[in-house]
Amino acid sequence: MGHGPATKWDDDKSIPHKIKLGLWMFLSYFILYAGFIVINVVDPKLMGIDIGSLNLAIVYGFSLIIIALILALVYNHQSNKLEKKYKDKQDDEKEYE
Amino acid sequence: MKYIPSPWAIIIFLVFVIAVFFISYYFAKRTKSSEGYFAAGGNIHWSVNGIAFAGDYLSAASFLGICGLIAVAGYDGFLYSIGYLAGWMVALFVVAEPMKRMGKFTFADALDSKFNSKGIRLVAAISTLIVSMFYLIPQMVGAGSLVTPLLGLPHWAGVLMVGTIVIIIVATAGMASTTYVQFLKGALLIFFTLVLVIVIMTRGFSTAPDQGGAVPYHDFKTIEASSSEESEIMVQDGSYEILEQWTVDQKTGDLVFVKLLERSTGFESIWKLNTKEGYLEETLTMTWTGEGQILYNGGTIDEERFYQVGHMSRINGETNIETGPVGLLSFFSTIKESTIIRWEKQIIFDGEDTIDVYYQNPTPGSEVLRPGLLFKVDSDKGATATDKIDFISLMLALFFGTAALPHILIRYYTVPTPACARKSTIVAIAVIGFFYVLTLFIGLGAMTGGVIDITNNNMSAPLLARSFGIALFAIISAIAFATVLGTVSGLIVASSGAVAHDLMDKFLKIRMSDKGKVFAGKITAIVVGCIAMVLGILFKGMNVSYLVGWAFAVAASANLPAILMILFWKRTTAKGVISSILVGLISSVTLILLSQKTFNEVYHLVNIHAPVQINNPAIISVPLSFLTLVIVSLITRRSKIVNGDAVSNKLKEAEETID
Repeated sequence: MGHGPATKWDDDKSIPHKIKLGLWMFLSYFILYAGFIVINVVDPKLMGIDIGSLNLAIVYGFSLIIIALILALVYNHQSNKLEKKYKDKQDDEKEYE
Repeated sequence: MKYIPSPWAIIIFLVFVIAVFFISYYFAKRTKSSEGYFAAGGNIHWSVNGIAFAGDYLSAASFLGICGLIAVAGYDGFLYSIGYLAGWMVALFVVAEPMKRMGKFTFADALDSKFNSKGIRLVAAISTLIVSMFYLIPQMVGAGSLVTPLLGLPHWAGVLMVGTIVIIIVATAGMASTTYVQFLKGALLIFFTLVLVIVIMTRGFSTAPDQGGAVPYHDFKTIEASSSEESEIMVQDGSYEILEQWTVDQKTGDLVFVKLLERSTGFESIWKLNTKEGYLEETLTMTWTGEGQILYNGGTIDEERFYQVGHMSRINGETNIETGPVGLLSFFSTIKESTIIRWEKQIIFDGEDTIDVYYQNPTPGSEVLRPGLLFKVDSDKGATATDKIDFISLMLALFFGTAALPHILIRYYTVPTPACARKSTIVAIAVIGFFYVLTLFIGLGAMTGGVIDITNNNMSAPLLARSFGIALFAIISAIAFATVLGTVSGLIVASSGAVAHDLMDKFLKIRMSDKGKVFAGKITAIVVGCIAMVLGILFKGMNVSYLVGWAFAVAASANLPAILMILFWKRTTAKGVISSILVGLISSVTLILLSQKTFNEVYHLVNIHAPVQINNPAIISVPLSFLTLVIVSLITRRSKIVNGDAVSNKLKEAEETID
């Protein structure tokens, strides 16, 4: 049995750009997540302060879940754009040849 | 408490099992190749794969464990939900697409794609098997614990039943049938937990929850009492006589319990002194008598003296109130403005009897909605630096563990392209995130709805469903079983791939045809399934819920550093990867085995100071694994270059001699 991936995809020039994008988005989410941990450890009482009819713990906790989904959708949108951009470029080059 | 099995739960579960068998039979005819068996042919639609991810990931620990934890400890249980969901961001942004591009059947394919190293295959397979076993045991024990209250069968029957069904799912069509079983389970779980949350909010809150009229609310009694100068308790009510008194030292103040005899009935019960108000409060007790009998509130289980608990004693300052339906915001604001009766446990000894005394702990709703009831993080409440490090370590393990779980990673090979891997992860994040938001409502609904079985908080979600009628109880119970089936199937496929593909084919280089490899995979699935059944029976009665936490910590320590460094550090060498996995595995498992929690709960060495004070090893073992990879890679790379230079020098010399 051959070694390596099962499927061969077109040489995808968007990969390095998607990796860079993914790393930045990962870092921004990690900062948000780390902030949550830091507040819990350094000043846990802050989690109890009122934000409207809720408190910071509920708002921050739900935000971590909702922002995760928003970032995921943004990442997908940007990745689709990058994939399309480099595919169009590749198609143009092939046509030119 | 006594559980009466529901015939409807049995019927709905059987319908689900028949559907599962039909799926397995249907795909068995189509699954002949190794790619079909280990990766469902790589042609699952990303949306189906996304929901199957949820079915794979949302184990019994997520569904029953988190809801139960929130029901007794409030927001601290929800921290698991946050950590489990946040981990998917690592999977999406860093792991998903490269994993699909570089691998084929197992995550070892991706690790080994640059090196073709037998050593990587071996250690990755060992890591897969260890992590999968840590995950499998609680699932199987959970299946056994569920089957008794829900279907009326003994523990071993539950384990054998789940084991047999899962072996049939995996051994017939491998990843293909597993995918659709997980899809079905994921979809059902989300839909019916949403239904449960809607009915919770429609019912609203009450200071005397009576389960919709089905179970009369038990108003816990109080008796006026006074304390003499010698701290001896005296009761005003002449119908009671004090038989015994215990004082337990605690950091937060002494706890005083008394045993009372009710003169008219001759009935003995344990009460706790409320020192502030000067009265005795009724408790719940579970007694292990010297003769080996278990008594619930002094009676046998059939006498049904044990009550379901959890209610609000005050809502907005009022003691006798029903709110009616509540909205999303008013759900939380009502809890915030309430006092909730939570229950704490204290063990006391009475002659040869050991008594678990559950006593009331009125807690302000505002404290329930923020961290601190389970995890010690507040220095003002006695949290130490070790407690805080332990908390950080747990949150890191949850964050970095998800993207390193073998049974999650193999799901990336079931879709056709890296873009589909990405999209299916996004569907998973949406579904799993939505589910975890719902867990908070279910947990808090159970905490205030008078439904908790305080001896087994894992049953909180099914018991809450039962308070809304037998139909919802039957469906939620059947889904709880389906939860176990879906997750165990995924774990067995991952183990099967590790043995048949990584060990037999790539490491031992056993020559096998494509059909032979499928056969090896099926035999492995049967063997792993049987081992899981044996472990599920052997571990009966042990508290194994922490094993899932271990699985995350071990996966984060052993697998994630290797996965990330292969993707992002060009100097990574095969020896670096092997050392990193081994150091991550050994250090995390060793730290766990030497931790205080393991000493207390596994070895039952309660008064012995364990060598390791933190209970979650991730904060030490993950950086250690990264560091090992970097150091070993730099050393082995340098020696490669030095050797390479030596060879080229010899070649030069040889050329000069010829000239």
